[in-house]
Amino acid sequence: MNCETLIIEPGLAERHYWRDLWRYRELFYVLASRDISVRYKQTIIGLAWALIRPFLTMVVFTVVFGKLAKLPTEGTAPYALMVYAGLLPWQFFSTALSESSNSLIGNANLISKVYFPRLIMPTAAVMVSFVDFVISFAILLGLMLWYQYLPGWQIFTLPLFVIMSFLASLGPGLWITSLNVKYRDFRYIIPFIVQMGLYVSPVGFSSTAIPEQWRLLYSINPVVGVIDGFRWAILGGDDVVIYWPGFLLSWGLIAFFLWLGIRQFRKMEKSFADLI
Amino acid sequence: MSDIAISVENLSKSYVVGHNAAKTERYTALRDVLALNVRNLARKTSDMIHGRAIVQGDEFEEFWALQDVSFQVKCGDVVGIIGRNGAGKSTILKILSRITEPTKGRIVINGRVSSLLEVGTGFHPELTGRENIFLNGAILGMSRSEIRRKFDEIVAFAEVDRFLDTPVKRFSSGMYVRLAFAVAAHLEPEILLVDEVLAVGDSEFQKKCLGKMNEISTEGRTVFFVSHNMGMITSLCKTALLLEKGAIIHRGAATETVTFYYTGGNHSPHVADFTQGPRKLGDDLATLLEASVEDTEGKPVSEVDIRVPFRIRMRYELHTQTAQPPYPNFHFFSEGGQPAFVANSTCNPQAVAAPGIYDAFCDIPGRLLNNGCYFIGLALTFAHQGIRVSFYERAALSVSIVDPIEETLYDMRSGYSGAIPGVVRPQLHWTINRVS
Repeated sequence: MNCETLIIEPGLAERHYWRDLWRYRELFYVLASRDISVRYKQTIIGLAWALIRPFLTMVVFTVVFGKLAKLPTEGTAPYALMVYAGLLPWQFFSTALSESSNSLIGNANLISKVYFPRLIMPTAAVMVSFVDFVISFAILLGLMLWYQYLPGWQIFTLPLFVIMSFLASLGPGLWITSLNVKYRDFRYIIPFIVQMGLYVSPVGFSSTAIPEQWRLLYSINPVVGVIDGFRWAILGGDDVVIYWPGFLLSWGLIAFFLWLGIRQFRKMEKSFADLI
Repeated sequence: MSDIAISVENLSKSYVVGHNAAKTERYTALRDVLALNVRNLARKTSDMIHGRAIVQGDEFEEFWALQDVSFQVKCGDVVGIIGRNGAGKSTILKILSRITEPTKGRIVINGRVSSLLEVGTGFHPELTGRENIFLNGAILGMSRSEIRRKFDEIVAFAEVDRFLDTPVKRFSSGMYVRLAFAVAAHLEPEILLVDEVLAVGDSEFQKKCLGKMNEISTEGRTVFFVSHNMGMITSLCKTALLLEKGAIIHRGAATETVTFYYTGGNHSPHVADFTQGPRKLGDDLATLLEASVEDTEGKPVSEVDIRVPFRIRMRYELHTQTAQPPYPNFHFFSEGGQPAFVANSTCNPQAVAAPGIYDAFCDIPGRLLNNGCYFIGLALTFAHQGIRVSFYERAALSVSIVDPIEETLYDMRSGYSGAIPGVVRPQLHWTINRVS
């Protein structure tokens, strides 16, 4: 018989972990498509939720920050467009973070009954937010038509920033979801982080509104780099510039969190079924 | 390549469990409660910093779910695992299927493993039957093309073709379980781990499941089967492991292990001597002395071929002359504890009323009982001045009835190799007349 051999021992780091991950990719697709198709079941307007939420947030932010507080926009871009270019990555980041950090707890029955590389779970959860992101993108196109705004060549670098925000949410997401299995406190922390982050990150205003001497410190929030990158790619033009030291710092922090998240996750993975 | 499918060496698994110590103090002052809470908070925080799991309670204890378990399973073996609740059966399966990690020990597995610890794992109530087949299949380790290839077969097996596009939350529980089992039954791993999943569905469907299980086991795949249903263990498995408190206490042929499970292995189940025990069985009228299961030649046997008659012998002593003779009676129970029947003596009463030692024989014909283990309760009843039970010893003897399927397949089973339900399987007289 053409048998493959598997050895189970305590503490044996599986050499085949990444190969296993690849072998279970089909499960990844299935879980992601399950979450996507379940997301708007039994709702009346269904997918339209992915349009309405960011749209209304944009309107409120434009009125509050642009009209009432009279904050400056970036370059010549209309304020609403500037807000939306920041809102897109923020929404993606925040939903991805909360989905992935709840993914293990929400699938407790699977974790305790079948084996698969657990890394699939939070990653598949992020994919759901990605679908929302793609749908919300339609509004951006609508806004550009409305304002007759033509983006520059920079728009083609957008996928790079999408990957950046994906990694930015995956790192902390992995870290929190594995800790969440042991300590449920983290379930209460996430909504708080997301709520705070909306105001701490430059979503409703441009990061140029931050005084120059504080910008590097401000960039400790990795989302700042992501949002700046999005604005640069979408609004284009020569007058929108990236603040490079802050941008590189964001990448550094994203890489660090990703490393931390994967390490924590791999360390705790074996005991998930016992703790959940 | 060796023909060993699974080899387990010194497998151990421990869990930490917590207790509440101060449950005895009824009147606690607010001060004490606050102090206790502060202490708990401090401990939990330090646990968290050190990366330990939070355990409720004040006292900890290490609990060994499995201790030093070693065994080997050959390719193509069907092995049953039995034992009381908490003996560690499911823990073994969980470790073998890599859901949880052992604390100590080493396992070598040759072949692709699929585990079936629960039917319908990952079924999502909002999704339709069709979507759930793909979802569940993927979770159990089937590839999409494999599922597509077997899709029609699965649907036909589950008998839910009309409801394929209905969310499973609107399914009846029977339909739900049928669909879930159908997916699982079409897995094709080299090693299959099954945990107590057949105890679902109506009897019609259970029969189908058993047939499928049998089919899997005859295809030469290695199957691990945990169940509380001893009938299933004896009919599906060749060998069985008996676990108690995390250790293997018996290993052998399935029927033998099941018998061991019921009797606790502490006395010879087919021959019993009651004069040696600490208490006498009986009263001032009669005493139970000994009993045995014998073949037709009077030789004690523990295993009987399903086609062959055997007899139960009970020796008892009458102490006084009574107006009416006593009636020996034997109470048969199936292995699940269900009463099968009561055999009551109807022999000539006058001859056996005088004091003395008697042997009562009861002949059990072949082709009456089903396969499996039976327990025999021994009783002696006097019928004068109302009913008086002199002694009744529950499960005093046991006998296992074996059904050599290879020989009885066409003789008694009409070619059907699955388990046959029922506490008895009598051979009855049939007539079939052509009416048109």
